[in-house]
Amino acid sequence: MIEIKNVSKSFDDKEILKNISAVMETGKTNLIIGTSGSGKTVLQKCMVGLFEVDSGDIIFDGKDLTTMSEEDRKELRQQIGMLFQGSALFDSMTVEQNVKFPLDMFTKWNHQKKMDRVNDVLERVELKGTNKKYPAEISGGMKKRVGIARAIVLKPKYLFCDEPNSGLDPQTSMVIDKLIHEITKENNMTTVINTHDMNSVMEIGENILYLYQGKKEWEGNNKEIIFNKSARLNEFIFASEFLKDAKDMRMLEEKGIIDNDRNMEQIMRDGGSNLVIGDEDRKE
Amino acid sequence: MKLFSSIGAYLLMMKGMFTKPENFKMYWKELMHQSVEIGIGSLGIVAVISVFMGAVSAVQTAYQLTSPILPKETISQIVRDTVILEFAPTLVCIVLAGVVGSKIAGELGNMRVSEQIDALEIMGINTKSYLIAPKILGALITIPLLVILAMVLGIWGGRLAGSLGGILSADTYDRGLLENFVPKNVWFALVKAYTFAFIISSVSSFYGYNVKGGALEIGRASTIAVITSCILILFADYLLAFFIL
Repeated sequence: MIEIKNVSKSFDDKEILKNISAVMETGKTNLIIGTSGSGKTVLQKCMVGLFEVDSGDIIFDGKDLTTMSEEDRKELRQQIGMLFQGSALFDSMTVEQNVKFPLDMFTKWNHQKKMDRVNDVLERVELKGTNKKYPAEISGGMKKRVGIARAIVLKPKYLFCDEPNSGLDPQTSMVIDKLIHEITKENNMTTVINTHDMNSVMEIGENILYLYQGKKEWEGNNKEIIFNKSARLNEFIFASEFLKDAKDMRMLEEKGIIDNDRNMEQIMRDGGSNLVIGDEDRKE
Repeated sequence: MKLFSSIGAYLLMMKGMFTKPENFKMYWKELMHQSVEIGIGSLGIVAVISVFMGAVSAVQTAYQLTSPILPKETISQIVRDTVILEFAPTLVCIVLAGVVGSKIAGELGNMRVSEQIDALEIMGINTKSYLIAPKILGALITIPLLVILAMVLGIWGGRLAGSLGGILSADTYDRGLLENFVPKNVWFALVKAYTFAFIISSVSSFYGYNVKGGALEIGRASTIAVITSCILILFADYLLAFFIL
């Protein structure tokens, strides 16, 4: 479990994060959502220690990252895996070498044991047979999978994913979401995902934190999000491609959020701002 | 003000390199990799430049020494001393600032922009000591060796040009090389080589490591790294000559 307590962060005079508190639960996919510039990436980078917070605490299972010594921080980081937006694979290394790198650096295993582990994780992310390829030779979706394989090769307790679906088609995005969700469950990890993809939110959002201009605006899960009463969150939800997806529209219909009488084109034109979901909108 | 903050950031970067390696074997591997990249990678250009600078030096010295009183051996002595004192360490290092410096800045800049450095940091690796220290050590190992090679090839280039151009025979050239030789000059050239190697690798690493932005900034960082390295090399060259010679 990761607890975020009253975290604030500024760059120069601009306050990016304003007194944010939240809990990222173990064994769940915790999503940080919000528009571009809302502070998602800064919050995640503060959580992994790439940025220092101005005030507040970030507590990993009882250990406060903000007050840790450099040595303790190094130790903690070995329990953290991270998938970057652009995958951040080492260009000069093959897929196999990329995944093996953390094992080479932090274990004293023999070559065979390392290779067994590398092959295991590559098989888990369905990338068997790509060992000798370089990052430039594989697709964006495959790069993300290699990134996931590298992130989980040391069996971390915490997995961070920054925009795992950026640049991917919807189908591949779903596969990546599913993979992250399954890996989280299999390894009982605390997974934190930054995203603005509403499909991901609905598919794997077990715990959701919505940021608006650096402030926590709403938190809940994917079952509660469509019943939320935050006008800003609704604007965010319905401004996305979400409603264009017939499946999601059907789901909303089934849940009674919308009905056929409602003019969907009008809703989309207004960016969902007029869609205040309250009791009267629900058809029980 | 920006200059002082840059100097401060540079010194902090240097300080940050001195930590216990997470895995000595991996650091050693990286050091060997960088030594090959810097040393073997620059071998060709250094060899070509050295031969020609020695050859040109011989031809131009002969052109200027028109007095019949001066013995022909003087040409090889001038070539030897110019190559050892200035051409091999300074000219070669200026070229290496372009070749090696832009490569280091570009590589680190690309790693920064594509979040590869962040990925290493997240793993718990001190990126300053893992990425920068092997580059500086690699340069300190290989650049003085390249300078020694440049001295040999430069002097040989002068001999070749002298005999092929009918300026002076190989025997006369060799005889001149052995006259009035000052061993201190070689030592001085090596001091310069180590100093310049440090400047090239550390300055380029600093600019590459601190790139912010995208592809455009990587190119800009490489250019600034090369320009700054060249200026610092010339400045250090003057200071070393002033204080040591």
